[in-house]
Amino acid sequence: MKAIKFLLTGIFFGIVLTKSEAVSWYRIVEMFRFESLHMYGIIGSAVITGVILLQLSKRFGIQTTEGNPIALPEKAKLYKKALLGGSIFGLGWALAGACPGPMFILFGAGYYSISIVILAALLGTFIYGLVAHKLP
Amino acid sequence: MDYILSPWPWFVSGPLIATVMFLLVSFGKTFGMSSNLRTLCSLGGAGKISSFFDFDWREHQWNLWVVVGSILGGYIAVQFLSSTDSVGINPNTLAVLAEYGFEAPQNNLVPAELFSLEALQNPYNLALLISAGFMIGFGTRYAGGCTSGHAITGLSNLQLPSLVAVIGFFIGGLLMTHLFFPLFFKL
Repeated sequence: MKAIKFLLTGIFFGIVLTKSEAVSWYRIVEMFRFESLHMYGIIGSAVITGVILLQLSKRFGIQTTEGNPIALPEKAKLYKKALLGGSIFGLGWALAGACPGPMFILFGAGYYSISIVILAALLGTFIYGLVAHKLP
Repeated sequence: MDYILSPWPWFVSGPLIATVMFLLVSFGKTFGMSSNLRTLCSLGGAGKISSFFDFDWREHQWNLWVVVGSILGGYIAVQFLSSTDSVGINPNTLAVLAEYGFEAPQNNLVPAELFSLEALQNPYNLALLISAGFMIGFGTRYAGGCTSGHAITGLSNLQLPSLVAVIGFFIGGLLMTHLFFPLFFKL
């Protein structure tokens, strides 16, 4: 079963984000009000650890479980889209207090009304797909 | 056991999130939660309407398993790995939220004032949640990623577009929290 390792990774992810309170609506408000180090500490230490892990794996030629060299796709250099889309997402993130990972985690944690946010996010993605070619 | 049951400090959580990213990369995949929204649209048949969703969703099935896992993870964390400690939010934040009509969180991760069944019977609250979700779904795809894809993976891989996207996340978040919250919630 190939799915198992992804399922287990997801379970681990859900536990970490819940226990760190990164899924807390209040933590997101606090972050955008610059009134706590907590979320900055989480994101900052995640990125620093991530940089180290990726650099080390490149240096030592660590392979994926499929036997390929570890390589991440370059992000498309679409700066205008990144800034505009990012700002739209930021508005939603701060209002719902959840991004696309936490909204599923919150559902599991028993906050079922988050499914309204999930359904609306699916609609938003769908509408983006319809109008993408017309956007700057 | 207390260490597990209490909320985890940021310096434990951050590296563990990076571990999730690295695990997925070592499986030959990437860490990106918002991609699942596109995959779910494709699974639902949106490919017949827009070429943006016209791909084989089975190739992204692995990521849907991450979603299923994260739902289970949220359940496990709340049911079995939590004490009744309340969230230690900065009192200044709580004071401002109180002005907006939000009570202290107690043990809750989201405010009842927006998310309880009672609150949802108010069309105004419902509209707020729907707009929030819509902006999340629309914005992440427009930006090409969310917190996991851009902020964690992209920045870890030193991608400039991801830095620009994260700056965008904060422009939006700061506007919402400082400009729109007083307009939306001021009593």
